[in-house]
Amino acid sequence: MTGSASAEWPLWEIFIRGQAGLSHRHVGSLHAPDAEAAIRNARDVYTRRAEGVSIWAVPAAVIAASSPSEKGPLYEPAKDKVYRHPTFFDIPDDVGPM
Amino acid sequence: MYAQLVKSEASSETQADRDFQARIDRGDTIEPKDWMPEGYRRTLIRQIGQHAHSEIVGQLPEGNWITRAPTLERKAILLAKVQDEAGHGLYLYCAAETLGVSRDDLTRQLLDGRMKYSSIFSYPTLTWADMGAVGWLVDGAAIMNQVPLQRTSYGPYARAMVRICKEESFHQRQGFDVMMKMANGTSAQRRMAQDALDRFWFPALMMFGPSDAESVHSAQSMRWRIKMNTNDELRQKFVDQTVPQAEYLGLTVPDPDLAWNEETGHYDFTEPDWDEFFAVLKGDGPCSADRIDAKRKAWDDGAWVREGLMAHAAKKAAAALAAE
Repeated sequence: MTGSASAEWPLWEIFIRGQAGLSHRHVGSLHAPDAEAAIRNARDVYTRRAEGVSIWAVPAAVIAASSPSEKGPLYEPAKDKVYRHPTFFDIPDDVGPM
Repeated sequence: MYAQLVKSEASSETQADRDFQARIDRGDTIEPKDWMPEGYRRTLIRQIGQHAHSEIVGQLPEGNWITRAPTLERKAILLAKVQDEAGHGLYLYCAAETLGVSRDDLTRQLLDGRMKYSSIFSYPTLTWADMGAVGWLVDGAAIMNQVPLQRTSYGPYARAMVRICKEESFHQRQGFDVMMKMANGTSAQRRMAQDALDRFWFPALMMFGPSDAESVHSAQSMRWRIKMNTNDELRQKFVDQTVPQAEYLGLTVPDPDLAWNEETGHYDFTEPDWDEFFAVLKGDGPCSADRIDAKRKAWDDGAWVREGLMAHAAKKAAAALAAE
């Protein structure tokens, strides 16, 4: 097979803004030789039914991700700080809306 | 289905395996960076890979009719449908890649016969009515399998399925629409519609795979929640749903033993010829050689594009760096 030795097109993670006012949301990934082609391919792969108004393409290789094993140290400490939620505080009805 | 006879690998029963199974039983979603048994990972690569290959090879029988569609509108619709199939293949390759395999490697395994694609796409599409039968029956059967897979345990696979299911409904309905037009047309068109149903009925039933009542692989895959229903359950559901639709079209399902069973509340029907199924899956279908030849040609003929665009990207990146 010809071409089998050549480098594979790099992987890009694709983020789409669904409509004006919303943030970009991860929708999936695709292969493309460069950023320009990644956006063009993303248009064809992820917005065939007008799912977006803006596309971000990010090289998958530059994304840093937390590890599942860090779940405890990263997120556990937040669980005992219930006072960060407004419902922690009882405000008498007489005070009115707050 | 689009993934047929996927060999499932049991894992050794270590504590990690038991913890993993407990997560699945709790309904947790497994994500790419989570620990998973090697057997789960390898089984999923085979299953998602075969599913992806089926979407890609599945473009060929329909692509066959794009230039010969009867109207410009039908042509545009078929083109959009075939483009969707390419998209579905890409969503699935991406899901498989999160398991540590590359898309190019999966493609090579398809081309050299180490990986399979669904038996259904080794059958020819001889007339325009086949475009109706494929959408109605083949996409209809695929939906049966894919809707439950939206809840499969592996996150990237489940998310790909959600996107695919949203789009698949258009495929089935456009197929039924083609069948309605033909079934209500001239007597020649009606004959063509009936002929398409005659040829696609049993191959569509084969899509679900042979009875898996005694299959060890199925049992393991169901424990892992990467297979949600037995092949027989889905096949029965498909028959129960499709027979009234055929009646609506005024077409006859080519099975003399097909009968409503009052007691079970389901249709009794004839099983497809499983020897034929195994032969087709092995690569002895009427169009098997053509399909792989077409994919190999596309891969080889596209090599200069893949390489050229990479070289161009490297040159542009170097120039951008030099300009800084």
